[in-house]
Amino acid sequence: MKFNGKAWKFGADIDTDRIIPARYLNTSDPKELAKHCMEDADPTFASRVQAGDVIVADKNFGCGSSREHAPIAIKASGVACVIAKSFARIFYRNSFNMGLPILECEEAADSTESGDVIEVDMSTGEIVNVTKGKRFKARPIPPFMQELIAAGGLMESIRKKGAV
Amino acid sequence: MKPMTITEKILARHAGAKEVTPGELINAKVDIALGNDITAPIAISEFKRIGAKKVFNRNKVVLVPDHFTPNKDIKSAEQCKVLREFAREQKLTHYYEGGEVGVEHALLPERGVVVPGDLVIGADSHTCTYGALGAFSTGVGSTDLAAAMITGELWFKVPESMKFVFNGRLRKWVSGKDLILHIIGEIGVDGALYRAMEFTGRAIDNLSMDSRLSMCNMAIEAGAKSGIIAPDAATKAYVTKRAERPFKFYASDEDAVYSEIREYDCSQIEPKVACPHLPENTKNVSEVKNISIDQVVIGSCTNGRLEDLEIAAKILRGKKIAKYLRLIIIPATPFIYNEAMKKGWFDIFLKAGAIISPPTCGPCLGGHMGILAAGERALATTNRNFVGRMGDVKSEVYLANPAVAAATAIKGRIAHPDEVTK
Repeated sequence: MKFNGKAWKFGADIDTDRIIPARYLNTSDPKELAKHCMEDADPTFASRVQAGDVIVADKNFGCGSSREHAPIAIKASGVACVIAKSFARIFYRNSFNMGLPILECEEAADSTESGDVIEVDMSTGEIVNVTKGKRFKARPIPPFMQELIAAGGLMESIRKKGAV
Repeated sequence: MKPMTITEKILARHAGAKEVTPGELINAKVDIALGNDITAPIAISEFKRIGAKKVFNRNKVVLVPDHFTPNKDIKSAEQCKVLREFAREQKLTHYYEGGEVGVEHALLPERGVVVPGDLVIGADSHTCTYGALGAFSTGVGSTDLAAAMITGELWFKVPESMKFVFNGRLRKWVSGKDLILHIIGEIGVDGALYRAMEFTGRAIDNLSMDSRLSMCNMAIEAGAKSGIIAPDAATKAYVTKRAERPFKFYASDEDAVYSEIREYDCSQIEPKVACPHLPENTKNVSEVKNISIDQVVIGSCTNGRLEDLEIAAKILRGKKIAKYLRLIIIPATPFIYNEAMKKGWFDIFLKAGAIISPPTCGPCLGGHMGILAAGERALATTNRNFVGRMGDVKSEVYLANPAVAAATAIKGRIAHPDEVTK
């Protein structure tokens, strides 16, 4: 999987309330959630984000609630991938389980600014900041998580094991 | 056998292994899989989408519609309806609504649904609360819940453990809430990321079950996978009359390996306040006394239990809350609600000018029953003070224990309980 898009830069400890505020959690419709994606961090995000764009953030992205609505909203808004220095653990699990590509890379997070054009190769973990002409290598995705992705997410892997 | 922590022992047992090592990926059996009115609808839709017909065990899948209940609007009513229909169709033994529902993490321990030695997963981040009973308990997402509902198992990465030793005696007005806020203030909101927090020491031995529950409840606010306290005589007294199933006490081996050990002298810890907009922004209450407050909330899975309401009643007895301030008190379960009423605390709260809400998560996550306007400031006994958490994006939330909350309601500004008691 390869992506190419514009970066949206966010700071540290972006919590799930800012990714999708609880006032919109009375639905789980991805299209509805996407309308309010990142609303309390940047109210203009949902109307300006383009398919293929990339969120780049500092440490502990997705901390707080277990709401899967957070990665669902990000994916439904068209974001191709989230790059952060680190992810909160439930957000990390949720992203792999429901199929939002995420990568951990400190250097890419530090040197990327909003609007930079970013290329990502999920299979190699290579991140290129085209605007700045810099290349980075993300932390490798653990083999178990790669298997989950290859199986099409957690539910598909369960189905393939014949558990249903 | 290699020495193990309590967390490693519980995980090994549920994975059918003699031992496990931090970093290892395991598949483990779950004793309880929990969902609420926000997270379960997605899990139920995934369950149906892949063609599952029956949950793995109707006694072990628990649904608690507590977040936006009593239904705050039509969409919330639709979500709750999904849970009700699924519970009826699957004949779930643990489904609660109406006059039986309480805030999930107060309700499940109280009803003996979770017991020591359990492996519990919940599609709610505060599922870590049950570590107070000596269970391994962790928050997951809706897809994880769907997988566990079908197979009765889930994958886990065995976490490293951090040990927090609390020596000495607690000062007056200091509770489990202050101990956990103190830790988070030191290590930060990702200070325990991916790890298990184990709380121990003389002060923990002497801590009430309600205070232990509120402490483990906030392990997630340090980024932890779980929080845990080894069960003891107090745990036994609490669970013996409640437990629905046989339980098992585990303890860490003396030479178990920890990624970090931190020690605290409790005589140095004052009541704490976490300032906006992260739980790590903690200060001593005496440092923030000049801040005016519009709304005080006493409740939630962190501090809506009997001990919390008791201390609030003690402070509010014969007093009035400040003019122009709203005090909202939310007993976390129907049992707590009824006990508080029988003990006469409702009289005290109502005479003081408080609102008493039915059990609900309500305002804690900005759902309903006490939303803030732009520029308003709340002090709450809840667990998160993120941007916009309790209402408008320009509102603010301060976190504290129930004694500080009650004193604050009387003064109309952040106050130390000593200021309003003799």
